[in-house]
Amino acid sequence: MPAGLPGGSANNGMNTIHPVEIDIQRRRGDFSLQVCFSSHGGLTAFFGRSGSGKTSLVNLMAGLDTPDQGRISVNGQILFDAAAGINVPVQKRRLGYVFQDSRLFPHLNVRQNLMYGARFALASDPPQDFTEIVELLGLSGLLTRQTPALSGGEKQRVAIGRALLACPKLLLMDEPLASVDAGRKGEIISFIENLRDRLKIPIFYVSHAMDEVIRLADTMVVLDDGKAIATGGVEEIMSRLDLHPMTGRYEAGAVIPVSVLRHDDTYQLSVLGFGENLLWVPRVELASGESLRVRIRARDVALSRVRPQMTSLLNIFSGTVQEISQDGQPQAEILLDIGVPLIARITRKSVVEMDLKVGDHVFAMIKAAAIDRHSLGMAGIRSRSPG
Amino acid sequence: MRTLSPLEIEAIVLSLKVSGLAVLFCLPVGLATAWVLARCSFPGKSLLNGIVHLPLVVPPVVIGYLLLVTFGRNGVIGRWLWEIFGVSLAFTWQGAAVAAGVMAFPLMVRAIRLSVEGVDRGLEDAARTLGAPRWWVFVSITLPLVMPGILTGIILAFARSLGEFGATITFVSNIPGETRTLPLALYSLTQVPDGETGAMRLVIIAISLALVALIASEVLARRVARRIGQ
Repeated sequence: MPAGLPGGSANNGMNTIHPVEIDIQRRRGDFSLQVCFSSHGGLTAFFGRSGSGKTSLVNLMAGLDTPDQGRISVNGQILFDAAAGINVPVQKRRLGYVFQDSRLFPHLNVRQNLMYGARFALASDPPQDFTEIVELLGLSGLLTRQTPALSGGEKQRVAIGRALLACPKLLLMDEPLASVDAGRKGEIISFIENLRDRLKIPIFYVSHAMDEVIRLADTMVVLDDGKAIATGGVEEIMSRLDLHPMTGRYEAGAVIPVSVLRHDDTYQLSVLGFGENLLWVPRVELASGESLRVRIRARDVALSRVRPQMTSLLNIFSGTVQEISQDGQPQAEILLDIGVPLIARITRKSVVEMDLKVGDHVFAMIKAAAIDRHSLGMAGIRSRSPG
Repeated sequence: MRTLSPLEIEAIVLSLKVSGLAVLFCLPVGLATAWVLARCSFPGKSLLNGIVHLPLVVPPVVIGYLLLVTFGRNGVIGRWLWEIFGVSLAFTWQGAAVAAGVMAFPLMVRAIRLSVEGVDRGLEDAARTLGAPRWWVFVSITLPLVMPGILTGIILAFARSLGEFGATITFVSNIPGETRTLPLALYSLTQVPDGETGAMRLVIIAISLALVALIASEVLARRVARRIGQ
């Protein structure tokens, strides 16, 4: 996909991808799952704490479990409809599933695992090229290896390849990084990023790690106690103060779509632009003009009534207070409008001393050094047009 | 060592034939039973489990007698077999195989059941998400993973059949050349004067056969286990 043409390529993608529509209910003992959302392609993250129903939801989509009521349709094909008595069996759903624990077949080698589903692919399924997938996932050196001898990261890459080579209509990934060493996670994330940008099939990605979601997802579905409490673009969801208990206060912060303007070699910095504003960050390895997303953690944002002078802070934006959220904690969260939504987390003491009210004009300050690579996501390249 | 006498060879060949046939019949039924016990839950499962294990705990003579009243020429099934097909199991080597098979059945079921229970159902789910129909999942995933248990079951049942005595002598008697397997030949020798030398030779043969079978099972099981990465 050519850089610098995000709008055009995204639109082309949209026309070929049909929506996935889910509206299901299931009750098992004390736990009830009730989810309704639709996706228009790209990568959708199911985000929530453990026990919120993320894996159950994916199993229901795959057909490994059956909803009590509702409907699941993919590309216009109904996979499940309780009212009409339709329940397409797992093997006929043609949905790829990457399990948390890889589930590679221990008696088959890597190549045999990869090829397992190919014979069942239908002519109508989106075709996949063995060589291309193998290269994309860096598996060429592993093909003759026995699977029990692989590392966690290798297993997961084989599992992703195996799911894709069955030519699925969409890909389900249930916390694919859970069994991967911390050091290898970045590598797998890049592979998934690559797939997301190269493949034309929708991906549904279960995660409870915000940095994965920000890097990978276009859309997110926030699950809490079996309910989808919010569905929408990552930027939109992350700027909602009411969801912060769900998205995690410590990691919470606004997500801003930006583009790379230039690099500063002297200080190893990059300048990112959004609207009229410039954001200085530690150098990112992207060409000028490329788009990306930056999460600015609320705890890294400080506020001032007057424009700060002679400060170490490189990033100072002026904006207005949109919303103040206090719920008895020592800190309050302030939603600002600096052209885009920005969230600051400051003490309630400061709120009182600054006499902050909705509509007030303030300056927001962000330490460039606080923005690390975990805060950067590439999803903006192919997702919705900005704004 | 002196070569084996014709009578010894006859007993050995007969024993191998009887045990082979017994295992052959046991295997499909044993696999199905093991599968049902490992995977299904239904009322009366404990009863089925009990019945399957009965030959392990009741005296073999009881089983032999039950076979006789069932499959004998005047037995419930035996009469029917005789009238319609003109075949009878009583006093034939095939009958000996049935007796050996019934006695070995629980050992085979136990071995296979354990390994069916050890198969990660998640792997079968994974195969189905890749588009494989159920029968192919069974053939390509479950069966290979259960193979060590099946092999163990086969060898155990074979070894048990080689040693079968009580049920066999009760059901099909002790007919030279027809139902006189190794243990029965050994028993016969202990019943006649001057039989000690012959008996001792058969003892050595019986022990050797059993040892070979057990070692073979061990080697095979290990090789298969290595191949499927367990």
